[in-house]
Amino acid sequence: MSTPTKAGKSTGRPARALAFLALILVALTATALLQGSTSVRLGLDLRGGTSVTLQPRASNDANKVTSDAIDQAVSIIRQRVNSLGVAESEVTAQGSGTNRQIVISVPGDSGRRVVDLVGQTAELRFRQVLATGAGTGATGADAATPASGVSAEINAKFAALDCTNVANLQGTGADAPTDTIVACDRTGISKFILAPAEVLGRQVSKAAAGIDTQAGNVWTVSLTFNGEGTKAFGALTSRVTSLASPQNQVAIVLDGLVVSAPSINEAIPSGNAQITGNFSQTEAQDLANVLKYGALPLAFDRGEVQQVSPTLGADQLRAGLLAGALGLLLVFIFSLIYYRALGLVTVGSLLVAGALLYLTFLVLGEAIGFTLTLAGIAGAIVSIGITADSFIVYFERVRDEAREGRSLRSAVESGWARARHTIIVADMISVLAAVLLYFFAVGGVRGFAFTLGLTTLIDLLVVFIFTKPIVSILARLKFFASGHPLSGFSAKSIGSKNQISQHVSAEGVEG
Amino acid sequence: MAQLSGLGSRLYSGETSFNIIGNRKRWYSISAIFVLISIAALAIQGLHLGIEFKGGSSYTVNKTGTTVEEARSAVESTGVSGELIVQKIGDSKIRVQTGTVTPAQSSAIEDALASKFSVSVESIDTQIVGPSWGKEITKKALYGLIAFLLAVMLFLAMAFEPKMAIAAIIAVVHDVFITVGIYAVVGFDVTPATVIGFLTILGYSLYDTVVVFDKVRENTKSIAASGKNTYSDAANLAVNQTLVRSANTSIIALLPVGAILFVGAGLLGAGTLKDLSLALFIGLAVGTYSSVFIAPPFLAALREKEPAMIALRKRVEARGGAAPVASEVRAVRPSTGRGPRNQPKRKGRK
Repeated sequence: MSTPTKAGKSTGRPARALAFLALILVALTATALLQGSTSVRLGLDLRGGTSVTLQPRASNDANKVTSDAIDQAVSIIRQRVNSLGVAESEVTAQGSGTNRQIVISVPGDSGRRVVDLVGQTAELRFRQVLATGAGTGATGADAATPASGVSAEINAKFAALDCTNVANLQGTGADAPTDTIVACDRTGISKFILAPAEVLGRQVSKAAAGIDTQAGNVWTVSLTFNGEGTKAFGALTSRVTSLASPQNQVAIVLDGLVVSAPSINEAIPSGNAQITGNFSQTEAQDLANVLKYGALPLAFDRGEVQQVSPTLGADQLRAGLLAGALGLLLVFIFSLIYYRALGLVTVGSLLVAGALLYLTFLVLGEAIGFTLTLAGIAGAIVSIGITADSFIVYFERVRDEAREGRSLRSAVESGWARARHTIIVADMISVLAAVLLYFFAVGGVRGFAFTLGLTTLIDLLVVFIFTKPIVSILARLKFFASGHPLSGFSAKSIGSKNQISQHVSAEGVEG
Repeated sequence: MAQLSGLGSRLYSGETSFNIIGNRKRWYSISAIFVLISIAALAIQGLHLGIEFKGGSSYTVNKTGTTVEEARSAVESTGVSGELIVQKIGDSKIRVQTGTVTPAQSSAIEDALASKFSVSVESIDTQIVGPSWGKEITKKALYGLIAFLLAVMLFLAMAFEPKMAIAAIIAVVHDVFITVGIYAVVGFDVTPATVIGFLTILGYSLYDTVVVFDKVRENTKSIAASGKNTYSDAANLAVNQTLVRSANTSIIALLPVGAILFVGAGLLGAGTLKDLSLALFIGLAVGTYSSVFIAPPFLAALREKEPAMIALRKRVEARGGAAPVASEVRAVRPSTGRGPRNQPKRKGRK
């Protein structure tokens, strides 16, 4: 019964497994160093910042929320957010397919501006140009010829507008379609006074970039209007085409910025127009995209705005770390009291798991932009319990085997064979929960699920290539094998009356 | 601790045995009462939902020496209508929660608070939640829950047996009901962090159940052949054998969660950490209970209905072996006894 069967065979394995662990640790450290990441990237809730979650909504029946439309919305918002000039700002779509949310995160304390910026709906508008000038701010009244029929107030605004100032190129989208507005072009080279919008983006039904072979292989953008748009665009073009420049130009305005301001060569009543210019291929395609997707004014429900001051962020970080340290310490104390020297294996395993987790955070921060949030820290702390449980399952199994009368060396191996199955199945459930949580949730929950899943996988790794090998090695030491009172395998603590090699039989529920 | 180890040994050998499976009606009744209370509380009181679910906004000002009245009058001066909840968090923080506001109103509230307490607008921690947001995240959480339960059932049915999957899911549903019920009874705030906690409990409770079931499966693998024990007897031994592990695991899982709760509630006052750890703390306790007292008895009841198991029970009873157990704890005989082993000989030992 108590013949040590497999113990001899697996002599070489513990060393190999530990070497493998060392290799992983070195590889992770090297990767982190190569990436130059020295600290874990913290989420906004830990360092302060603003995050806004937007829920796309179809603005009307014709404009469904499509994946393309969301992508375009992300890129429009990203442009706006980048114009803030805050490093590490992020605009991402989370979720899957058309049921995605757009999440904007901007670190630092620019909260109010972010909220204002992203809250506006991008909509493309066609406006007649009333006056135009160089983009620099006015040094005198002669900056541009004041347009007639425009209020003095607008003229003054126009004169003062400095398009070389980045702040004026933010594209706030605050332009009401019924107002006469002043606007810069996207590049900041020119500025315009623009009449109220006459054609709206949603009246464009198609836009595409193409090469006009007749005009000598130049890139052009063709666009088609729907019924309403055809009428409006026809009226606009027939009115302005005979006017003097620049009033014969129609500006295409997205987000309060002029994307293009082609002059109208003829009245276009057909609803099919072609814009030519010295476009490069990219420029033509960009313009076509603006026309196409600007024409899909996705509306957004503002899901959630969260603004965390750096003070609160620092507090939360401190609290999270403190809770983690405290939790770890309690678990250490408990394992040492209950498992004595064997508890040191638990402590060691948790430390190894912690080191692996930290290094993985470092590497993932650089590789996939992983950021650690408060919920993520909570996930990691909760997983201390799951990780420690793997050891408990194993240790209790070894004790069970010893109770059946096996020598420690033999019990360590046969106990492992059984505990392994339990640990794998139980951890798989945990990973399953984490994966599903990750895919179904947004925001904080994702961070939690990610760390929970990651730590569970790390737990599996540690139990296989650290805990088990270490216990195998320890089982050969006289201190453990002889059942020293402090070893955690003493006759007293596992409950067998004699030495652990003593067969203890059981008389279950019978009788 | 040493006593606990000793108990572990006695439980393992069957020397000390808690009749958990046999008393299943008692556990069912206890749980049924709690589930009924939960349903009643949910129906009557409902859950106390945080602004993330109702829509609304929350402003936290970090400043000592603020009063609730000052904050209230500052916010009311902006003309925001509806219910205002103003509370002090610790000594240095004050939080104002409002109903749904427009972005302009929100800015006005921030400005009013900033000027009242002479702090910068940026230092106010703000959260604004749209009215439909709650529906959105609730929907997602529900989808996640359903997908999770289905996936787990499939996984358990493959890794173990279909009946184990059913028993495990029943136990999980039981846990969620009671935990949510406690929230309804006590009136704790339900926030997304709470929901994360609930979802984690699912995973945890199942994890715990899986460990117990793994032992049940091992003990019952060849009972039909040996004919000494009924399924319930073998399952009961498994539950007893894993009892120490369940207790240890619960303690070890509760230690870090308790640490989060202590730090979260003590240092931060309110927020993600507190909400999450509170839900976990309650759920872990319920989950441990169900993995010992609900899932195994339910499984045994399901399996005992199988013809093979009924036949087995008849054979065992004919031998006069396993009489129905009456008392909850009983010492069978000293551990030095060398009677026949209660467990089937293990296969797979090389």
